[in-house]
Amino acid sequence: MKRLVALLGLAFALLAPAQAHKPSDSYLSVTVGEAEIKGQWDIALRDLDFAIGLDADGNGEITWGEVRAKHAEVAAYALARLAIRADGTACSIEPGAQQIDGHTDGAYTVLPLTIRCAKTPAQLAIDYTLFADIDPQHRGLLNLKALGNTRTAVLGPQAATQNFELKSVSRWAQFIDYAREGVWHIWIGFDHILFLLSLLLPAVLLWRGRQWQAVETFRAAFVDVFKIVTAFTVAHSITLSLATLGVIELPSRWVESAIAASVVLAALNNVWPVFHSRRWMVAFAFGLIHGFGFASVLTDLGLPREALALALVGFNLGVEAGQLAIVAVFLPLAFALRRTAFYRRAVMLGGSLLIALLAAVWLIERAFNMKLIRY
Amino acid sequence: MPGFRTPLRALLYPLLWLALVGPALPVAAAPFLPGSDDQVLERVPSRAGDKRVRELQGLRAAWRAEPRNAVLAVALARRYVEEAQADGDPRYIGYAQAALAAWWAEPAPPVAVRVQRAVLRQYGHQFDEALADLDAAVLAEPANAEAWSWLAAIHMVRADYAAAARACKSLAPLTSALLAAGCTASVDALTGGAGAASIALTVALKAATDASPEERLWVLTRLGEVAERRGSIALAERAFKDALALGVADVYLQAAYADLLLDNGRAGDVLTLLKDGTRADVLLLRLALAAKAAGDARGAGWSRDLAARFAAARARGDRTHEKEEARFVLDLQGDAARALALARSNYAVQREPADARILLEAAIAARQPAAAAPVREWLDANRVESVALQALAAKIGAAK
Repeated sequence: MKRLVALLGLAFALLAPAQAHKPSDSYLSVTVGEAEIKGQWDIALRDLDFAIGLDADGNGEITWGEVRAKHAEVAAYALARLAIRADGTACSIEPGAQQIDGHTDGAYTVLPLTIRCAKTPAQLAIDYTLFADIDPQHRGLLNLKALGNTRTAVLGPQAATQNFELKSVSRWAQFIDYAREGVWHIWIGFDHILFLLSLLLPAVLLWRGRQWQAVETFRAAFVDVFKIVTAFTVAHSITLSLATLGVIELPSRWVESAIAASVVLAALNNVWPVFHSRRWMVAFAFGLIHGFGFASVLTDLGLPREALALALVGFNLGVEAGQLAIVAVFLPLAFALRRTAFYRRAVMLGGSLLIALLAAVWLIERAFNMKLIRY
Repeated sequence: MPGFRTPLRALLYPLLWLALVGPALPVAAAPFLPGSDDQVLERVPSRAGDKRVRELQGLRAAWRAEPRNAVLAVALARRYVEEAQADGDPRYIGYAQAALAAWWAEPAPPVAVRVQRAVLRQYGHQFDEALADLDAAVLAEPANAEAWSWLAAIHMVRADYAAAARACKSLAPLTSALLAAGCTASVDALTGGAGAASIALTVALKAATDASPEERLWVLTRLGEVAERRGSIALAERAFKDALALGVADVYLQAAYADLLLDNGRAGDVLTLLKDGTRADVLLLRLALAAKAAGDARGAGWSRDLAARFAAARARGDRTHEKEEARFVLDLQGDAARALALARSNYAVQREPADARILLEAAIAARQPAAAAPVREWLDANRVESVALQALAAKIGAAK
């Protein structure tokens, strides 16, 4: 015996890491609504069989008939191992009619729960001890939805009681959060800033007689800038909304490459003008692509489903605010410098070439998924 | 401006892309009511048909009557570990832990319990805690062969070959000549003595005429691995086939043989070998890789299952699957950057040849040769003999 044991020691250690794969999990989702709390608890038939015996005839096959015969016992067993308290007061949990669902490692019973608490809770406590005595590695994967927030937690013997604060997030705070993210994204999104700058640089100039000349009035420059910024805004708002709502989906590598390409073209257009008037059309066309770029950021942030419109508007307004801040700094400066050779040569031509070069590097990096320069 | 046409293409391209990729996206399951009482929903070990199951249940009943009886608890835990080894089901590890519940949090349980606790802890990659238990066990009982063999095994996984060799030396007088030879040869094979190790294993197998099938399987698996690393593919296959012919269920052996076949362009043989192996993740991974290589249509479903299982493991905070996930992400999802992150994180915990290999492959694919520096150090410091690893290291060296 000793020899065999020693042998298993060696053999098993070497294969152990590869095997710790699908241990026992249950899936508990709890949705706290304004009026009531609903739950759904998916528990593996295999685990229930081990705990209370589902395979009545012992033939190794658990049938729907065998499960159905044990529904009351399953509910009683499970609910004896789950307690929910609202602000310290126990809630009652009522089991519903069970169904079956498949998860990655087999069939689960689906146990609906109606949870009744004395009042709408500000804090929810969950005591979870399912299978703790027969399989300490069992975990309950909790998905808790409450007042516009979704959170997850791993329940089990390592933390048998867990508390969740349910204070509702105010709509206004949520709106401000998304607006702030919008501003932040414009601020760190060099590609968007450079695209906008490329279009704005010639706004204080006029293409006349095959060269750039200073515009006369601030009003003329302002109108040009106004048209460009508005066109860009309208365009990217359209695609941002469409992409966020899932109407159109684009592969991010394509979008990022196209954004880089738009910067290259916008900058080169300043050096060898093709579109010298009506640049707002260029702003509109490429703004459509930039909108997809914003959308991927918004998607990464995670969107509250019940406050989708609010998040969209907040983020969009944040982006606009960021843009306007850039314009507010740029326009007076450029207008003041518009007659200098420095502006027309170094800023307008040199700057545009630099932007085009940098954006070309981005384009190659993004299109071919490689790194050329370190930032 | 030529770029003006781009937005039009922007609309066409994703439509094409979605049309190609769309159907492969998983469909969310929904709860349902089975159509009839006879519908089979799940299969479990059969009480009626399987003597082992009845034995296990008898042992379990005895332990339940006396949960603080260390002899019964250790025997039950050990039986569950054997079950987990046979079919790769990690739930048995949880059952084994429950058997030791009376002592699980104790600082110094009885030696036999402590060794078994170490076994379960290393299963969850708690190697430091496992080593502490085992060191304490051999201090109290220097003749505890099981503790020495686990010490050797864990030191091997962590690439501490000097410590592993010491454990093998202590184990030698306490166990069979075959296992002693296997222990020492396993260390030698990774520290510049692969040729001698191969001969030692072959000789020991010949001499051990009375060895149990389990012992032979273990040594044959080691022999197959050493031969594979040395590039003796035919010899490796013979060893794996001889091991399989012993008729002992062993997930690790099947995975090792499948890898040999995959490396040698024999994906079709893998599909035959593992046709019943979709329950264990390690085997499912090999099946998915083989299906991809052979162009088998079942591969998409297997890949989807694997992705779901890795996601499920992540959801419960389980990080013991990173080696397999890295290979899955690299070879089946083509995401080199994520594969590299997984392979690096895995290599920080365990450093066997397979761990080294996925880190090298991911580093090459992600074009980050520096990330594989620890593997190159390990190869050089121990003079590791492995045709495949040395070739990858040379490739990465050339890329630098």
